[in-house]
Amino acid sequence: MSLVQVRNLFKTYEGRPILERVNLDVEEGEFISIVGASGCGKSTFLRLLLAEELPSRGEIIVDDAPPAVEPSPQRGVVFQRYSVFPHMSVRDNLVAAEAFATPFGRLPRAKRAAARERAMATLERIGLAHMADAFPAALSGGMQQRLAIGQALTAKPRILLLDEPFGALDPGTRISMHEFLSELRAETPMTVFMVSHDLEEAFKLGDRVIVFDKTRWDPTDPTAFGATITYDFDARDGGIPFQRIKEETHVLRPH
Amino acid sequence: MRWINRKPARPLAVLLAALPFVALLLAYMVASDLRLAANPADKLLPAPSTIMETAQRLMTEGDRRTGRILFWHDTAKSLERLALGVGLAGLAGITFGLLIGLLPHARAMLGGFVAALSLVPPLALLPILFIVFGLGEASKIMLIFIGITPFLIRDMASRTAEIPREQLVKAQTLGASSLVVALRVALPQIMPRLIQALRLSLGPAWLFLIAAEAIASDLGLGYRIFLVRRYLAMDVILTYVIWITVLAYLMDWALRALSRRAYPWAETNL
Repeated sequence: MSLVQVRNLFKTYEGRPILERVNLDVEEGEFISIVGASGCGKSTFLRLLLAEELPSRGEIIVDDAPPAVEPSPQRGVVFQRYSVFPHMSVRDNLVAAEAFATPFGRLPRAKRAAARERAMATLERIGLAHMADAFPAALSGGMQQRLAIGQALTAKPRILLLDEPFGALDPGTRISMHEFLSELRAETPMTVFMVSHDLEEAFKLGDRVIVFDKTRWDPTDPTAFGATITYDFDARDGGIPFQRIKEETHVLRPH
Repeated sequence: MRWINRKPARPLAVLLAALPFVALLLAYMVASDLRLAANPADKLLPAPSTIMETAQRLMTEGDRRTGRILFWHDTAKSLERLALGVGLAGLAGITFGLLIGLLPHARAMLGGFVAALSLVPPLALLPILFIVFGLGEASKIMLIFIGITPFLIRDMASRTAEIPREQLVKAQTLGASSLVVALRVALPQIMPRLIQALRLSLGPAWLFLIAAEAIASDLGLGYRIFLVRRYLAMDVILTYVIWITVLAYLMDWALRALSRRAYPWAETNL
């Protein structure tokens, strides 16, 4: 069974269809890039995956569990902005990722020291150890997003959802964030869904690129129909298909 | 250069800031001089020197009958009432603000009710407070409480609702319950907002305190002002008014300093 199964998903807002008949299977460890025009429902799809909103019809099954009705630690998330807590220091943001699951959101003294050490180890890994005591407002956009990703991963989610995580960053920072994310994935295999406006980024990072678009279009009523997945590209090997020879053809044999 | 683009240099800015104060003082001194020249026994505009003498007498000499220095007793009593009223209002503001801002059920139930309550003029309720709570401390504290609580609740509720949805979702994906979201995400973020709202509420709080003390009391800054009014003791009234202004300024300054110290992360957007 696939890790994530999307079955016949519909979403309407006040009678206006946004998504219709979405079906998708995602295997564990895959990186799915989601692209499409503005307003095509790709962010709605991510919110449905997050269980922040519930489908009008159909269901999303993760790990063969019953469909979720609200956000849970099973699904981690990084938004374009506001993903970290501005009132906590960089280190406390990571400690919070462990502490929030307790009844009062605070770790007992004995466990706190260990959690701080783990937080420092994570900060070391994401290159923010020197900013441990600073507040997020003092961090650059790229650093904040690295912290947000580190924080999301601390809770050990089954799937990680990224909603245009690098959309607000300048091009140079964005490229270094791509490397950062690729390194993280090389170290820890994880299943990722990333919504992106940037096609190049989508193909560079993703194993698969899925495209949301409307298959039916009424020029007199543009909101009459919803969007669905219209393309599902194999984006491995730099987004150039047919690089990986699956059949034994006896003709081409890459060395 | 357009006037909207001209900025005063530092010395000029200081001078401009001092100007209205100096102008007011000068105007008062001239008017006082004119009246005293016409009638040395005039009580309406006492000379600044008379006010200084009165202030010194009020702050150092005890009451002839009891020996207590009433000035300080008035101050302590008024500050106690103010602190209790404002403190309870702050507590109610943050509690109900969080409930209304975070819980859709609480918002559905209390949102309209608090909005309606905030339209009731608190001073119109004062007679009812006197009847219900008697003429003692409770009615005065309640007037301050009723006067500023609806504003605080509404402000705290809207500040809570302003917390980006992303943060609330993120907290949930880290396993936070409703209580943890309230205590660890929303509460610390609206605390600096509460201090800001309290600073704005101090003006109305003083107004309600003095109104309540003026009508029924036997001690307090407002009571004293309205008492000596009968003797046209402008020197005492002015001393008290200046003192109240100084106290209000000090409180405002202390709250701002507290906010800066306790919530340094909030400074950039306050």
